[in-house]
Amino acid sequence: MKARDDIAKSLAACGYIADGELATAVALMQLLKRPLLLEGEAGVGKTEVAKALASVHATELIRLQCYEGLDQSSALYEWNYQRQLLAIEAHRGHAEAIEDQIFSEKYLLERPLLAAIRRARPPVLLIDEIDRADDEFEAFLLELLSDFQVSIPELGTVKATSIPHVVLTSNGTRELSDALRRRCLYHYVDYPDVDREARIILARIGGASASLALQIARLVEGLRKEELRKVPGVAETLDWAAALVGLDVRDLKDQPELVHDTLMCLLKTHEDRARITREITARLVGKVA
Amino acid sequence: MSCCGATPDHEDLDAVARLLVGRLGAFVKTLRDNGFAVGLQEGQDAAAVMAAGYAGKPGLLRSAFKHLFAARKSEWDRFDGLFDAFWLGKRVRSRSLVSGAAPAANSPSLKSLQDANAGQSGPQGATDQIPSDDPPRDAGGEGRSEGASRVETLADTDFRRLADPQQVALAHEAAARLARVMRTRLTRRDQVRRKGQRLDLRRTIHRSISHGGVPIALVHRRRKSKPLRLVVLLDASGSMSAYTAVFLRFIHGVLDTFREAEAFLFHTRLAYVSDAMKERDAARALDRLSMMAQGAGGGTRIGESLQTFNRWHAARVLHSRSCVMIVSDGYDTGDPALLGREMAQLRRRCRRIVWLNPMLGWDGYAPEARGIKAALPHVDLYAPAHTLRSLAALEPYLARL
Repeated sequence: MKARDDIAKSLAACGYIADGELATAVALMQLLKRPLLLEGEAGVGKTEVAKALASVHATELIRLQCYEGLDQSSALYEWNYQRQLLAIEAHRGHAEAIEDQIFSEKYLLERPLLAAIRRARPPVLLIDEIDRADDEFEAFLLELLSDFQVSIPELGTVKATSIPHVVLTSNGTRELSDALRRRCLYHYVDYPDVDREARIILARIGGASASLALQIARLVEGLRKEELRKVPGVAETLDWAAALVGLDVRDLKDQPELVHDTLMCLLKTHEDRARITREITARLVGKVA
Repeated sequence: MSCCGATPDHEDLDAVARLLVGRLGAFVKTLRDNGFAVGLQEGQDAAAVMAAGYAGKPGLLRSAFKHLFAARKSEWDRFDGLFDAFWLGKRVRSRSLVSGAAPAANSPSLKSLQDANAGQSGPQGATDQIPSDDPPRDAGGEGRSEGASRVETLADTDFRRLADPQQVALAHEAAARLARVMRTRLTRRDQVRRKGQRLDLRRTIHRSISHGGVPIALVHRRRKSKPLRLVVLLDASGSMSAYTAVFLRFIHGVLDTFREAEAFLFHTRLAYVSDAMKERDAARALDRLSMMAQGAGGGTRIGESLQTFNRWHAARVLHSRSCVMIVSDGYDTGDPALLGREMAQLRRRCRRIVWLNPMLGWDGYAPEARGIKAALPHVDLYAPAHTLRSLAALEPYLARL
């Protein structure tokens, strides 16, 4: 309870404008020692949550970006082959001794997952876009997340010295397994409402006035309701806000032409660009005033 | 429930908490009845959450439970309503299951475990037999219809002509088994087919030690290719009604074992049915489905359904190794131009489009429907699917992808 309020405060203090429920999720992560699975459209600020979490706990952020074909050697650990070969050359003829030597800590390269469980102070482990990794990797991850130990055949079992705060994000390009979902706390990150988005703009873009931020947030909200192929996320909104501030726009109504021309920050496909005509922009600008 | 208003002394709070924990079990059961996969661990964690002081405010407890119990967006969206209905006594439209939910929900884990075992032993038995009939690949008919061999007579019977309920049941069973057999062969073939030649340095060096560091025996790694993903779009309109049931069983069989498979149902609009179809028990799956397929048996708007698919689902369910299987007779009441456009877009996103038309198997049928004419230029394989044999004939084609 108290923990939750503290977290809400410190999230706000480190510049992450969270919705009310996220603080609960973070508090539960600590209470139940479960990973947090964040789902939501691209660009709604899922990765930012992990960054904010790291600064709340004043700890390191270790990030593992998932992709198709991600395997153990780039996620967990790898032997330092160059050094091993060198050592073998150097000690030619002492096979037994070499074997003991080259499969020791000294020759082990930590990758994000191993690094995360061997820190003295629990870091935040961000496993980004887990849906891009293969099923096999997901299964392996599941095992790691429940035991927090890794077995390296040549070295033995490495137990976690600290249990990291794990955050997983997913864009929904693949359906995740039920087992993984059940292991995690779930939080759906939605597009922020106008008020929250305006506050995010204010927090992130220096130089933006409160009234401009509100106008931008309203216009983006209106834009999201149009039939778009790629709905602009918070990151796009911030880009656009920065562009407008950079071009010295004080009020959207003053320069509707410029507003339309800078919409390239928000609309990222040709079709969307063609769909939002000058008339539509003018209508949207008219509404936000 | 007045569990929430007062925050008096500790004894009262303890009593309230005990009461709540008592009702927690019932709540968990409600969630299970509504399709949430809630395990024992979640129940214990929920009790821990309550003990940690979240039980004081309903809004806080709801938020905490939502993170704990929901596991996907659909559950996330539904949770608040369920929570309010149970704990706060608000009349929200009830979504409990229509049939047999209570006995099934009592031991879901046990049940799914049994089913999972059964599912595993089935395909394995089938894989063992495959090598024997593998070399003559064209004569694969026997291997494939291994599943359907017990119902040989059914293999060539048009699904329309199945009248006897017992026969129908047999056909359904065969369709489900066929789907399972297809699955095992597809993935197995994929794994042995490609020999990616990447050097596995780790193992090579390990072996080189005994040669004093000279890597004599090189160890390679072969790349495992991703299995084909099958996305089925099934027409559930009136003109297809004679075939819908069998294909639903087929889809259920495919989804059950094919982890990389998704299913959609369309008539005048599109419904995502994978979740419902993943229900282990076929009858229960169909039951869940019937709720989603309201309006089935009416007209078809293939173009608009495809538009919905392209817009909302394609990014998630399609990747470069996806095969889209559309099962429809092509009688479209919508705009053929739209259908053509959406087919072209779909074509760009996936590996193959297979269009199965049950009526193609009829004597003297020609693709005259406007919808089919608009769609055909974008279709890679246009095949009949009115008998089990014609379904089975698809497998070699899919395996080659």
